[in-house]
Amino acid sequence: MKYMLLMYANESAVPKTPEDQQAVAPPVWYALMEEMKAAGVLLSNNGLSPVANATTVRIREGKTLITDGPFAETHEQLGGFFLLECKDLDEALRWAKKIPHAKYGSVEVRPLWSQGS
Amino acid sequence: MTIESQIEKTFREEHGRVLAALISLLGDFELAEDALQDALVNALERWETDGVPRNPGAWLVTVAKRRAIDRIRHSKFEEYNPVILESLTQEEPEMDDSFPDDRLKLLFTCCHPALALEAQVALTLHTLGGLSTPEVARAFLVAEPTMAQRLARARKKILEAGIPYRVPPADLLPERLDALLVVIYLVFNEGYVATSGDSLTRQELCGEAIRLCRVLVDLLPGSAEVRGLLALMLLHDSRRESRLSPTGELVLLEEQDRTLWDFSKIQEGISILDEAIALHDPGPYQVQAAISALHAQVPTAAETDWDQIALLYDTLAKMTPSVVVEVNRAVAVAMAKGPQQGLQMLLRLENEADNFYPYHAARADLLRRTNQREAAADAYQRALELCGNPAERAYFQRRLDEMINPK
Repeated sequence: MKYMLLMYANESAVPKTPEDQQAVAPPVWYALMEEMKAAGVLLSNNGLSPVANATTVRIREGKTLITDGPFAETHEQLGGFFLLECKDLDEALRWAKKIPHAKYGSVEVRPLWSQGS
Repeated sequence: MTIESQIEKTFREEHGRVLAALISLLGDFELAEDALQDALVNALERWETDGVPRNPGAWLVTVAKRRAIDRIRHSKFEEYNPVILESLTQEEPEMDDSFPDDRLKLLFTCCHPALALEAQVALTLHTLGGLSTPEVARAFLVAEPTMAQRLARARKKILEAGIPYRVPPADLLPERLDALLVVIYLVFNEGYVATSGDSLTRQELCGEAIRLCRVLVDLLPGSAEVRGLLALMLLHDSRRESRLSPTGELVLLEEQDRTLWDFSKIQEGISILDEAIALHDPGPYQVQAAISALHAQVPTAAETDWDQIALLYDTLAKMTPSVVVEVNRAVAVAMAKGPQQGLQMLLRLENEADNFYPYHAARADLLRRTNQREAAADAYQRALELCGNPAERAYFQRRLDEMINPK
């Protein structure tokens, strides 16, 4: 079986105490990835860019609605993901429109985390 | 004109085109804005003594390019791509009279639907209109830090989410162009409808929207709707002086002093509308401009061609069905065929329009015309409860008083 582990946290809640900061520091992540690799379970992982860089695509009555931000309805649940290499946001949005979820749910397009974001 | 005001005017006029060219050249929105700021400071010093150069835009591009190179060289963090620096320094900066007009790219980037609408508006005014952050903040009645943050966030998203700097390909162009016209019309309405705040700055928004739309007409000469919007704004703007009474109360079209209308704007609006119609691609802005033109062309309210206006509202309702259009259509029908017919049409909108004050205002005016004072008073009261605009409220209040205490 393949499993996807989804990480949730409050973006604006910065760890305050040295212990908390220690707990999320890069070496902790690297150690965990090494451990997963050694166990032969890690297929792929990545962080996401902050929600401020998210764009949501919906299609309603044949019209494409593109909005700024991650506006998932509370009654919508994460149902899957695509990881695409695109030249720019327009290309990513073009693919997002084709995903069936856009017609009855929403597709959030978010760049992967990168240095400086 | 003093040299200061000449420089300020030049900055405004050249800002969009220079910035657009710099973004193309540097491939970096923020660096381009910073470099242009440097160049403007430079220009202010130099032009005050030497005068404004023959081609100020090219002057600014050349100087900003040099400043950008300095900035890249002095940046400690190697945040800029070395390839950019290499390509920039290869050719010796020179006074070149011609530089590409990339304003359309900049407009499409600023009005990208992945940005919040309020950010699109602010960014467009700031980058293409050349309005400073405090000016944009004043125009939209928000605190300066709020506006600065809004602009910064938009720039950051353009960069980090990969919003492209280009004119969209043909298949995306129609919907993107619509978004662009929405932003320009929003800027206009912000200046036209609002009566609070720094009215001078806010009135400038109308002028700014018209200027941006003129640029867009130059850039997309084949688009009928771009011309339609320009015509619509000019025709609306022609009535600016007569829309408010000296005490700040809204004056309805039929009661306006038509001698206050700006006839050069009306003439220009009508001739631009004719050009639009000649392109044979009808759209909602052209229809609205045509309605506005019918009002503008008659010397007295009594001569208004309401039959024709009602027909145009029929067309508009088919193109963009909405409660707003339906209310206006009912008013036009009332004027053409009698208030009873209009009232019946309004009655059918009762459920969907109950929270929409223009609906109650239209109903109130028709009830007043048919002498149903009590019902009219109730409707004016509802309009008053729902409306936040002081000029319109003053009008509703006066009518309400008339209904309760007839002279």
